[in-house]
Amino acid sequence: MPGLEIHGLTVRFDGAAAVDAVDLDVPAGSVTAVLGPSGSGKSTLLRAVAGLEPPAAGSIRYDGRDLASTPTHRRGFALMFQDGQLFPHQTVGRNVGYALRLRRPAWRRGARPEEGRRVDELLELVGLAGYRDRMPGTLSGGERQRVALARSLAVEPRMLLLDEPLSALDRDLRERLAAELHDILRRAGTTTLLVTHDQEEAFAIADRMAVLRSGRLVQAGSVTDVWRQPADAWTARFLGYATVIDGAGAAALRALVDPAATWTQLALRRSAIRLDPGGPLRARVLSARVTPEQLRLELEVDGVGRLPAVAEPGLVVTVGETVRARVVPDRLAALPQGR
Amino acid sequence: MRTHLIAAATALALGSALGLAGCGSDAGSSKGSTDSKTVTIATHDSWAMSKEVMAEFKKETGITVKIQPHGDAGELTNKLVLTKGHPLADGVFGIDNTFASRAVDEGVLARYDAKQPGSAAQFALDGDSGCYLTPIDFGDVCVNIDDTWFAKKKLAPPATFDDLADPAYKNLFVAPGATSSSPGLAFLVATIGAKGDGWKDYWHKLVDNGLKIDAGWEDAYTVDFTAGGGNGDRPIVVSYSSSPPFTVPKGADKPTTSALLDTCFRQVEYAGVLKGADNPKGAQEFIDFMLSHDFQAALPDNMYVYPVDASVALPDGWKTWAPTSPDPVEVSPADITAHRSDWLRDWRDITSR
Amino acid sequence: MTVRARLAVAALAATPVIVLAVFFVYPVAGMVGRGLYPDGSLDLGGVLSVLGRPRVHRVLWFTVWSAGLATALAVVLGVPAAFVLHRLRFPGVGVVRTLVVLPFVLPTVVVGVAFRHLIAPSGPLGALHLDGTAAAIVAALVFFNVSVVVRTVGAFWEGLDPRAEEAAATLGASPLRVFATVTLPGLLPGIASAASVVFLFCSTAFGVVLTMGGLRYANVETEIYLLTTQELDLRAAAALSILQLVVIVILLGLSARTRRAPAPGRAAAIARRPRRRDTALLLWTAAVVVFLLTPLASLVLASVHTDDGWGLGHYRALQTTGQGNALLVPVTEALWTSLRIAAGAAALALVLGCLVSYLVSRRWRTRMGRRLSRVFDGAFMLPLGVSAVTLGFGFLITLDHPPVDLRTSPLLIPIAQAMVALPLVVRTVAPVLESVDERQREAAASLGAGPLRVLLAVDLPVALPALVAATGFAFAVSLGEFGATSFLARDDHPTLPVVIFRLISHPGEANFAMAMAASVVLAGATSVVMLLVERLRVGSVGAF
Repeated sequence: MPGLEIHGLTVRFDGAAAVDAVDLDVPAGSVTAVLGPSGSGKSTLLRAVAGLEPPAAGSIRYDGRDLASTPTHRRGFALMFQDGQLFPHQTVGRNVGYALRLRRPAWRRGARPEEGRRVDELLELVGLAGYRDRMPGTLSGGERQRVALARSLAVEPRMLLLDEPLSALDRDLRERLAAELHDILRRAGTTTLLVTHDQEEAFAIADRMAVLRSGRLVQAGSVTDVWRQPADAWTARFLGYATVIDGAGAAALRALVDPAATWTQLALRRSAIRLDPGGPLRARVLSARVTPEQLRLELEVDGVGRLPAVAEPGLVVTVGETVRARVVPDRLAALPQGR
Repeated sequence: MRTHLIAAATALALGSALGLAGCGSDAGSSKGSTDSKTVTIATHDSWAMSKEVMAEFKKETGITVKIQPHGDAGELTNKLVLTKGHPLADGVFGIDNTFASRAVDEGVLARYDAKQPGSAAQFALDGDSGCYLTPIDFGDVCVNIDDTWFAKKKLAPPATFDDLADPAYKNLFVAPGATSSSPGLAFLVATIGAKGDGWKDYWHKLVDNGLKIDAGWEDAYTVDFTAGGGNGDRPIVVSYSSSPPFTVPKGADKPTTSALLDTCFRQVEYAGVLKGADNPKGAQEFIDFMLSHDFQAALPDNMYVYPVDASVALPDGWKTWAPTSPDPVEVSPADITAHRSDWLRDWRDITSR
Repeated sequence: MTVRARLAVAALAATPVIVLAVFFVYPVAGMVGRGLYPDGSLDLGGVLSVLGRPRVHRVLWFTVWSAGLATALAVVLGVPAAFVLHRLRFPGVGVVRTLVVLPFVLPTVVVGVAFRHLIAPSGPLGALHLDGTAAAIVAALVFFNVSVVVRTVGAFWEGLDPRAEEAAATLGASPLRVFATVTLPGLLPGIASAASVVFLFCSTAFGVVLTMGGLRYANVETEIYLLTTQELDLRAAAALSILQLVVIVILLGLSARTRRAPAPGRAAAIARRPRRRDTALLLWTAAVVVFLLTPLASLVLASVHTDDGWGLGHYRALQTTGQGNALLVPVTEALWTSLRIAAGAAALALVLGCLVSYLVSRRWRTRMGRRLSRVFDGAFMLPLGVSAVTLGFGFLITLDHPPVDLRTSPLLIPIAQAMVALPLVVRTVAPVLESVDERQREAAASLGAGPLRVLLAVDLPVALPALVAATGFAFAVSLGEFGATSFLARDDHPTLPVVIFRLISHPGEANFAMAMAASVVLAGATSVVMLLVERLRVGSVGAF
């Protein structure tokens, strides 16, 4: 199957396994995110794919060919770091054209006209037309990342490797750039593997996702699948589920939502419980906080326990009040047995 | 030989006459009462004397001697000149005849009329200068050759200055430089004395004949000379007439080297009292001690020089294997002082690239 | 800045400035003044005419080309070694780093002897006919200075972010292209800084050129020596000294501009294990190490080669005063003297160096403050480049009135050695102080710590290894110091390098062999100290 295939990959640092027997497939043309907290080994995994860390065990194949004996500069996987790593002594145009210059035959001294055209194309693609002669030191963080992206795409790499590409940016820039990145990657059609600790970044950019914890792969699949069905409580929390309940509380909710089911653990998003005068749940308000989007509440639900809840922002609620609420089914995720 | 005897006799008479005329001695400075139980003597780096002999001085006079080495004779003299107003020591030993005039002219010394043995008169400086510096020892800087090497190569060894420039001896001669070594300077002065105005041409010939020039005597003798212990490749070297006795190999009784007595320059070493010294009396007493029998007798073994006191017996090997030159080349100290910088400049131009 | 703060700064700066003024500026000015004012009036014309002499031109030309060539070779040899020793991690890398630093602290007289022993016609490399050639001088200069390149460039390299190189590799650049297009441009300031310092050291090299150049080759330094000690031509010596000063100031300025303090909190490169593609670099470094060790090895061999085969006889003889009473004191006593004096010099250099480093590493707010700080830094680097002859003789002619008549005082030699070691201490400690994040100090201050408490709580823990390392470094350098020490009034307490020189100068095979043994002891003592210093892993030791 075309694309990247990782089988049983183990990478060691000073004896300890940073990446532990990971199996992962990155289909050609897809954008796959590896999600994990810091220290989970995701950067190491990326570096191993790039050829910068030697694996202790396992194999990395691309298009069926084992890459073990291929040095970094021949793999054709462009790597982009979270702070761009632009060459500070070269202009934006020369940075982007770096790899194109490498492709020049040895006897040719001057630039080929195609190189200039390609650089302009790419700068336009990333929204920085006209920035060609600027120096990296004069650019903002977001602009630098976009130049780095253009540089990586210039060679039409077989695969693009992104190491936390948006972590160094502030929030709204991150959101904007994530959306743009998503579009650019789709348009370019490049197979991409990105690592991040931010699940929102993964959701915004990628279509496939894998979760890494302490060097081990916990779950992999399409973004929606993983999101809808986290493999265990830890993963659920990492993916942004606010609470995980089990035992009697879970049973009570199961009775409401899907009496025929057999699961015993339930992960709930913050917006899973909504105030509703006609809802089946009875609860007492423990706290309420107004945010621009909604009213955030904490409820003590009869028969279940403490749960977060939401309501319309304009609603007025007092602490200690008894209210009724309902469950929003698609904001729940049932967790598999026995984890 | 006879002319030389007459010259010696005249010099003797002259010297004695001067001695009788009296130099007087400077009363010494009033530099405050410093410890008159120690005396500091500035010397060159080649000072060496046995502890027993030095202990005798202490026993006799109760004064402790502190020896202050200061580089070679040139450096020593120049340091004294530079510190003229505030001398570093009380007395000095080691100013040789190539630097004597400079020391006297610059006024670094105080008068002292030491009681010299009769044979020392021939070494005294001419005129008034003789009142400032007292001769203690002398050495002959001569070209030495490795006899066994020449015997093995079945080559007749050189004997004169001209032989050294002979193509038959190409690339066989090593000498210490005149600008950085006292024997080197002595050799240069010897060639100037022997060749007169033609000395520059002579040196061109030497250089063309493959003369190797080292910075110091030790490099030339111990590294490049074939018989100096360093397994060098040059059997002709500038050294001292007192060097051969030290090249007697283990188990043999004859040295492997000898000195060419026609190529010698006599270096005389003087001692004097520094003007403005703290303890001039102590310096005077030490100078007297240096002229005493025991000190003079210890000179050959310690500093490889000949005592000015002819009545002192030389070590055994020296009498046979280290004769002094009967007719060393002579150049007056005043001449040397007047022309030395020019000579050195010209020499450097000829010998450097 | 408040008046009180200003006074405090002035008070701190006062001691080093006074010491520098009395024990460096005054003597040097005295010697130069003797030359410029020979008869009491300024004789500038005479000085200029000296600079027009053909011999002076020859000397200047030799100085420039020998220093330039030696610098280029040191850079070519040192940069790959810097990579191997500072970016790769393998067992024994610390020992190799020490071996590489060792030549820098060895006394020139030991190195001169070792080299001559090697290349003399009778020596192991005699067949190469290098004795007395300019090539031998350049080789010796490279020998001393490779370590400066390795340490300076290595320390710099350690601070470079490897990710730029990794990004370039993933873009398709082969290792050689990565080095040429990414690493080298980033490394250039470090190389420039190292090269300017090495050029400075090479152009002021004295012992090496004197011992190995014979008389054929002279550089500015040996020329000043000959003019002063032999010909007493103070005017010419002064002219050359002034020229030397001008060049030194330019070189120091260049070095200061290219020297960069490591940015606080920078992600430093983690040393990685060597891989197969590093083989060429490893071999190159091994060759450099062999080059550095060979003269020392030949010394060791010569010292254990006695008349009866191999043995330690020459070492036992170190308790005597040599053949024919060559020395006034036994070698063992001279060793003890050296250790004492070096300890004193190191202590003095440390105290003064700390004051200077502190003042130099502070971030001054005003332009004036920063400018003063740079001038202050540069002033204390001057002793590195000024001729030891000028300094030594300067002492003699200026420090001759009480209360500073120290010419025969035992204090003079430690002071002279401390002046030479001081710049090294500053260059070791200042970068470490500069790397402390200012925000830590600010945080401490906001918690209520006064300036002294901030110093003790924030700066001292970071600087402590550097202080210890700098002391060790200064100690090692002082142990081997020969230039200034040999010109000062030596009484019956000579130091070990001086004694070695005397042993070499006195005839007798036993004396020469004893000199070898004493050199090995000296090299051994310095090695031990430098090994201990290396264990502290202070990157700025030996880096400029």
